[in-house]
Amino acid sequence: MSRQGHNRENNDTSSPITVIRPLKGWALLNLREIWSYRELLYFLTWRDVKIRYKQTVLGFAWAILQPFLMMVVFTLFFGNLLNVPSQDIPYPLFSYTALLPWTLFSQGITRSSVSLVGNISMVQKVYFPRLILPLSGILAPVIDFAIAFVILVGMMFFYGYAPTVRILMVIPLTLLVFLIASGVGLWLSAINVRYRDVQHAIPFLMQVWLFASPVVYSSSLVPQKYQAIYGLNPMAGVIEGFRWALLGTEPPSSLILISCIVVIVIFITGAYYFRNSEKTFADWV
Amino acid sequence: MSDIAVRVENLGKQYRIGEYVSYQTLRESLMRTITSPFRGRRSQDSDSEYIWALKDVSFEVKQGEVVGIIGRNGAGKSTLLKILTRITTPTEGYAEIIEPVRSLLEVGTGFHPELTGRENIYLNGAVMGMKKREIDRKFTEIVEFSGVEKFIDTPLKRYSSGMQVRLAFAVAAHLEPKVLLVDEVLAVGDAEFQNRSLGKMRDIAGGGRTVLFVSHNMTAILQLCSRAILLDSGKIVGQGDTRNVVSSYLKDSQIPLGEKVFNISDEDNTVELLRAYTMDNNQSIRPDILYKDPFYIAVEYQTASQVDGLRVGLRLHNEQNVPILHTATSDCSNLESLVGAKGAHRVKVQIPGSLLAPGRYYVELGIWSPGVGHHHHITEAVAFEIAGVDVDSVGDEVLRPTLEWDLL
Repeated sequence: MSRQGHNRENNDTSSPITVIRPLKGWALLNLREIWSYRELLYFLTWRDVKIRYKQTVLGFAWAILQPFLMMVVFTLFFGNLLNVPSQDIPYPLFSYTALLPWTLFSQGITRSSVSLVGNISMVQKVYFPRLILPLSGILAPVIDFAIAFVILVGMMFFYGYAPTVRILMVIPLTLLVFLIASGVGLWLSAINVRYRDVQHAIPFLMQVWLFASPVVYSSSLVPQKYQAIYGLNPMAGVIEGFRWALLGTEPPSSLILISCIVVIVIFITGAYYFRNSEKTFADWV
Repeated sequence: MSDIAVRVENLGKQYRIGEYVSYQTLRESLMRTITSPFRGRRSQDSDSEYIWALKDVSFEVKQGEVVGIIGRNGAGKSTLLKILTRITTPTEGYAEIIEPVRSLLEVGTGFHPELTGRENIYLNGAVMGMKKREIDRKFTEIVEFSGVEKFIDTPLKRYSSGMQVRLAFAVAAHLEPKVLLVDEVLAVGDAEFQNRSLGKMRDIAGGGRTVLFVSHNMTAILQLCSRAILLDSGKIVGQGDTRNVVSSYLKDSQIPLGEKVFNISDEDNTVELLRAYTMDNNQSIRPDILYKDPFYIAVEYQTASQVDGLRVGLRLHNEQNVPILHTATSDCSNLESLVGAKGAHRVKVQIPGSLLAPGRYYVELGIWSPGVGHHHHITEAVAFEIAGVDVDSVGDEVLRPTLEWDLL
């Protein structure tokens, strides 16, 4: 399996060489290369964050408003009107806790799936590992997430749910969200280069996925016999995990396990599909 | 690989053209798959043709060489650069380049209008491969070169297009790789900026750096490159000394450069125009003339019988179609009777060197006699290029004479 663009030490001179040859077969995930381009990843993410709220009056307040307003709407219609059971937790807190990882996920997917197509000129004119683009799309919403998280902690105190040491579990859970968003983002961004249908399908996909995840309801509502299938949605385990870490509900043991396996599969296949179709991105875009 | 900076062996790139449009919808793709059994194997192959944008391209570039890559549009120059930049992969072949290699296929890649000039410098620099430390170090120089100090903290969308280009080029000009791959980026901005960019390119090229330079600007190629490679339809058709390669490229152009054969007669069959051509200082027929050299324009014709008062005249037009000069055989009284004598003749006129501004010129040719009027009148009979080597020119002057200056 030959690798495009790998460096090797040269016998005569001290400088490494770039080798260029046709790529055949499946490309390895070149993590070392991505690490060497980490500054670019930082700059692209920084750019996305900076321009997101330019020329707006509310600026970063939007990061708080979006999940907050969603929570209000959900509380009114699902909590009050439909009386969806929320495991004895006040509905606003119940749904807001889920909205945080959800928003990070859906924002990450939405941005990364159009990251390649939206940076056409860069893809056509400069070399860098294309993986950086969807990755920057997934990292950018983390600022919004952090700000909204502060509000969440405030809400927790307000409703009398003081944080315990379990709050630390939020860290691995958030990393899991990144992993899920990355895996799906890699698949979608690569397919979207060739089939633009994808970017039109994303809003719809996110809508469906929202209701397939335990955001407005608890996963305990799902009948026992369907729990395993339900667990195939990786966000199911993560959201229940968030609720457990912050609000002390049931730990989502089996759900999380299935989620992790699904996530790893999606991520690895996504990365390989991406790297394989990377060689023709500039020709398609 | 001792002192070789770039080695290319049998590089080839194949593209599919035809129905294979650059993006499809899933629906179209599915439809093709479903209907394919009905269309049969043969029709499926003919639906998409294959072309080789590059084939069997091999060459070596030594460290410190500045090599120009020239050719018509579609010859494969940009494809070659894209492969060497790793933006696209070759279909076959092999290439090696020493690190660090940077490429300049476009100025301002990554620029975002909502960010300030300062922010864009960092973003663009990072996109082109510079580390933050490097950008920090060169920041003041970059801003100075661009000339936009006053606006460095205003959003880029407030800049004029000229300012944006200057900023972009300023960042690009401060790349310091061992090998630089450049594609046509000098064709941006106004003439004054182009000149400054050329100057900067000269500095970059002179600094021991290896440069591969793709351009249509023959003046730039002649000024900067020690060697040139000529591509045509994806293959190398010429390699070597820049002047020779440029010359053969210009000769093959569709415009009659350097030489045009006519073999046409006038209405009365009295005067037959044979051919017209330009010659350099050494009397070799060539279309590219160095600025400081005098050169010749020659016209060959033959008369069936004596034509009294026959004169051959020509006017030179520059690329803006401004008539620059007019000269004719009638200016020289000693030639008067000889020009119209019966037989085959060749007249040539010497144009002084260090006079015409660099650029392309078109010769308007006329053969006239008082009795008949114009026997022949051809507006763009032949063209030639004055190469701006060793001369400082903005490129839009009518004349660029080298005159005497005094210091009193």
